[in-house]
Amino acid sequence: MLEVQKIHTYYGLSHILFDVSLKLSEGEVVGLLGRNGAGKSTTMRSIMGLSPPSQGSIIFKGKNVTAKKPYLLARDGMGYVPDDRRVFADLTVDDNLEIAFKRTRDWDKERVYKLFSPLTYMKTRRAGNLSGGEQQMLAIARALMNGPELLLLDEPTEGLAPLIVRDLENQILKLKEAGISILLSEQNVRSALKLIDRAYVIDEGVIRFEGTVAELEANEEVKAKYLMI
Amino acid sequence: MDFIYSIIPPSILCQIFVGLSRTVILFIVSSGMSLILGVLRIPNVFHGSLYMIGAFLAYTITTVCAGSPFGFWLALIISPLVVALIGLAIERGLFQYLYESEHLMLILFTFAFSLVLGDIVKFIWGADYKSVPVPLIFQGFVSLFGGLPFPVYNLFLLAVGPIVAFFLWFLVNKTKIGKIAKAAAVDREMVGAVGINVSWVFAIVFVIGCLLAGLGGALMAPTISVTLGMDHTIIIEAFLIVIIGGLGNMWGALLGALIFGLTQSLGILLWPQFGIIFPYLAVVVVLLIRPTGILKSTW
Repeated sequence: MLEVQKIHTYYGLSHILFDVSLKLSEGEVVGLLGRNGAGKSTTMRSIMGLSPPSQGSIIFKGKNVTAKKPYLLARDGMGYVPDDRRVFADLTVDDNLEIAFKRTRDWDKERVYKLFSPLTYMKTRRAGNLSGGEQQMLAIARALMNGPELLLLDEPTEGLAPLIVRDLENQILKLKEAGISILLSEQNVRSALKLIDRAYVIDEGVIRFEGTVAELEANEEVKAKYLMI
Repeated sequence: MDFIYSIIPPSILCQIFVGLSRTVILFIVSSGMSLILGVLRIPNVFHGSLYMIGAFLAYTITTVCAGSPFGFWLALIISPLVVALIGLAIERGLFQYLYESEHLMLILFTFAFSLVLGDIVKFIWGADYKSVPVPLIFQGFVSLFGGLPFPVYNLFLLAVGPIVAFFLWFLVNKTKIGKIAKAAAVDREMVGAVGINVSWVFAIVFVIGCLLAGLGGALMAPTISVTLGMDHTIIIEAFLIVIIGGLGNMWGALLGALIFGLTQSLGILLWPQFGIIFPYLAVVVVLLIRPTGILKSTW
């Protein structure tokens, strides 16, 4: 589904990602774990074409999509949920979903509202007035409207109350059941481990570990050094 | 009526109506500018040139169709469309590559364009004063407020204002393109990430803004002498209106135009020789009280 091959990404002059490679097969949920500032969001942005890598390539569904425009990637079936959510604050909840590009008929408002039922009661509310958890739901819902095959979920649980995190985990599991491949970046490793099949650990822009959840659980060194658990 | 006159003398009422019809033109031009400023973040200095071109086109069309009762209406439809086409060509040909540039660069660029367009107008239409006749059905005066004469054409302008305002409200709040534009004004990157080709959204918004400039010019043409330099007058007024209203806010443009139009017309009553300074004084007062403009800016 997705293959990131040895990418290097810069913000201006600062070199952020060093030789980052990762793979994600169809239907898989893969974790990208690491501390704050480790390069998780930059990896996500590089894949989505928002901060294109200056070296290396990104293969999506067998095609090289490196530096392709984000809107074209979205139309190819990539969904992006940024860590700061970035809902369209001036629009209503319903309009946030309305304006997203619709690639397939798999997902429509009805199905999205069913998955994120709390949003049903606030369709006409301004998105900017929602709580953090509600905005996170809306950001995922908005990405789903496109009917994505791959969802880039950047730190969905950041700054949310534990109870809301649990709801969100269940919703993400439902997305997995629906057959969507997910690249999930998280600092909250405990939450991520419940959801993912495999994990990459990133630190200072370098991939330090890759393996299954069981392998990660067993690797005390990686856990202590990069994830602080 | 007599009761109203005892509070507000008819001469002032009449002058308020004159101010309101002036407001309509100012609103149409500055709302287009505000739209472009709010969504595309371009302070478009040649917006005034497009307004001037709209007026000159109205002159050409009414001259060609002289004697026909449809000339004016044709001008009212064709001038804005031609101006919109010019806008589209400039946006697709040049602007779409410049969105990431600094504002200073954009101002210089659009200023350069205003000079180029000004020269093109001079080349095509020459430097003489042109006059566009008031269409037959709007000629003459009606007596309003105790028999004071009021131009019929201004009544027509007063009717056009709310129609344009409604159209803009509908466009921004009820259509998909308007909603996308609203989202893109704040976060264009994210709009792209949900699969929308922001570049074309910008082109459409830019064209609508230009259309409004052309419409303003065509509507204004019968009330003034159409001449070079009318672009500079309007652009300063439009910028001030957009600034006091709140950058990028459509209703701010309406409010700003009201303040500008009314202080202009009432200022003339108050101090005829120096009437022109009142709108600028109003701008100073507004900015002293609310430096970011009256309504919420989208910046």
